[in-house]
Amino acid sequence: MSTKHTKAADLFIENKEQQVWHNKTLHFVRDKRDKMAMQLPEWEVLRETAHKIKMHTITHLDHYLDLFSTRAEANGIQVHWAKDAEEHNQIVYEILQSHKVRKLVKSKSMLAEECHLNPYLIDKGINVVESDLGERILQLLNEPPSHIVMPAIHLKRQEVGKLFEEKLHTEKDNSDPTYLTRAARAHLREEFLTADAAMTGANFGVAETGDIVVCTNEGNADMGTALPPLHIVTMGMEKVIPNLQSLSVFIRLLARSATGQPVTAYTSHYRKPREGCEMHLVIVDNGRSEALSNEDHIQTLKCIRCGACMNTCPVYRRSGGYSYTYFIPGPIGINLGMLHAPKEYYDNLSACSLCYSCNNVCPVKIDLADQIYKWRQNLDSFGKADPMKKVMSEGMKFMFERPALFRTGLKMAPIVNHMPRPLIYNGLNDWGKGRELPQFASESFAALWKKGKVSAANQKRSNHEQ
Amino acid sequence: MKIGLFIPCYVNAVYPEVGVATYKLLDYLGLDVDYPLEQTCCGQPMANAGFEDKAIHLAEQFDHIFDAYDYVVGPSASCVAFVREHHPDLLKKEGHVCRTSSKTYDICEFLHDIVKVDKLPGRFPHKVSVHNSCHGVRELHLSSASELNIPPFSKVKDLLSLMEGIELFEPAYVDECCGFGGMFSVEEPSVSVCMGQDKLRNHIQTGAEYITGADSSCLMHMQGVAKRENLPIKFIHVTQILASGL
Ligand code: SF4
Repeated sequence: MSTKHTKAADLFIENKEQQVWHNKTLHFVRDKRDKMAMQLPEWEVLRETAHKIKMHTITHLDHYLDLFSTRAEANGIQVHWAKDAEEHNQIVYEILQSHKVRKLVKSKSMLAEECHLNPYLIDKGINVVESDLGERILQLLNEPPSHIVMPAIHLKRQEVGKLFEEKLHTEKDNSDPTYLTRAARAHLREEFLTADAAMTGANFGVAETGDIVVCTNEGNADMGTALPPLHIVTMGMEKVIPNLQSLSVFIRLLARSATGQPVTAYTSHYRKPREGCEMHLVIVDNGRSEALSNEDHIQTLKCIRCGACMNTCPVYRRSGGYSYTYFIPGPIGINLGMLHAPKEYYDNLSACSLCYSCNNVCPVKIDLADQIYKWRQNLDSFGKADPMKKVMSEGMKFMFERPALFRTGLKMAPIVNHMPRPLIYNGLNDWGKGRELPQFASESFAALWKKGKVSAANQKRSNHEQ
Repeated sequence: MKIGLFIPCYVNAVYPEVGVATYKLLDYLGLDVDYPLEQTCCGQPMANAGFEDKAIHLAEQFDHIFDAYDYVVGPSASCVAFVREHHPDLLKKEGHVCRTSSKTYDICEFLHDIVKVDKLPGRFPHKVSVHNSCHGVRELHLSSASELNIPPFSKVKDLLSLMEGIELFEPAYVDECCGFGGMFSVEEPSVSVCMGQDKLRNHIQTGAEYITGADSSCLMHMQGVAKRENLPIKFIHVTQILASGL
């Protein structure tokens, strides 16, 4: 009874030191989030409002997308629509090609990651440079992100120091964070100055004004878009919100939930192309409209990608981002993977103890755990249920539907207590890995009741009192 | 007031003393308590594992068995939460309106909210660390969840405070999951055990002699880890402390 997640988690946990460090580091981010959340008396009202705005927008998406794209076009932005990842990549490539772009600087975009844009463009000869520090580190390492907000959170500074030593020729054994950041900055500055085009994601698209809003801490999006003559924005179609007033609700929630900051260092509004420059917006569906018609899972479209559900998830913290088979890990990743391709990503469903903490931290109140529970119910219907779990569940059903059999079972159970240890704690017993089995009582509650021993327990008390 | 005692399957088999303590408390408070013998399990283990269909008949059985009582009370927050949150949906699939879910209570919330117990006899002069179980906290709201910005409360601590001499503590990461999670504990044993070890360490660091809670399933899991590692801590269900003077 194990999934790909189980096996990857085993390996991650084997390196105890790294596991403990990862757990602590991520919990520290959750603590910072708590501190921020507790400082705002209106926190829960904000979450409820954010939930309502998102529900309203995604259930009137045609209207808001129409408004948003019309406004954006009126502002001089060229709008493209992509039905899936492939079309998205093609559109981006065509735009780049028509501008003879050789070097593209990119700020962090989970959508580009979802569409596998980088390998696509690199394959076609374009030099793609990630400009978010974490993303750049991973690009140099040729690794995917392990977290959606802090993509390189699994790496220690010593590992980054080693990498920079090799790739950026920094001093030997110097892993001082300030030193490394300065080195990365100098290196990236060169890339910014020589880029032919910039690409950003979008945290929000404001329908009323046509604004594209990008939140970063490093100013890399602004630096990237300020220099070259071409700016491409890639945006999932669920990112649209009605107006600037609703934006204020999300801005108050986003950074507080994500990193425990009151606000990100930069909140940039892009409304129109710079003088003499071009700005393109690619709005992507890639399965989102299908999710819209899925009553059980529509709420995933509310996600503002803050990562709080990962930081609080006791399983994510102890198994790491790479233990999941979908590129987004944690509670939201489990659900998005299932929406995307259930037969491919069902392994992640085991990575949940149904503690419901994710539901409570989510700034837009996505019912993440409830959805995981629902996905588990579907596994059997497409032949991906674990056979062992199925047999166990069938066995339980058989016994529990027969009260007399159940009571016989209760009577027999204590025998297990006296079975030889090797028979109980063998390789087949997953409970026995790290835990002792509970001892069955010599007399069950049902047996005690039947013999009148339960009420007798109180009889004694009354006699005593008399 | 007629009370139907709901003793979940594993409490029945492993912790009958928790059932007895629950009975004692209700009886002491002058309530008419009955234990319908035909009950077995609420269906949660199969449903959480992804086999809700195998729990439907059990939900029907449950609804039928407990229909006649004014309240259904059980000493296991997680099982009660399953009856409350999931039985109505399960029965809807069969075109059956669930009659028992809204009158099913965990013993702690029943004592706190319905009976409004404000004194109990007995002393429990020990240091006790309270285990806030996920379903108790986030589904039944036995205490305020650490993620939410709401006024703090704890029905479990309120009740335990009625015992003379008791010293209450709570672990760091006050309501982080202990890693049980039903079938999760055997499907993801490494993560589950690791969570259990961390949780135990946090409980032990309070200096408590006992860990108590409203969910015997969490206690069972932590007890298993503690026993394997010979950790110096004892386990006791909330009802056993509350009934210790009866
Ligand atoms: S699901 Fe909620 S908590 Fe998780 S990343 Fe999305 S918005 Fe944040």
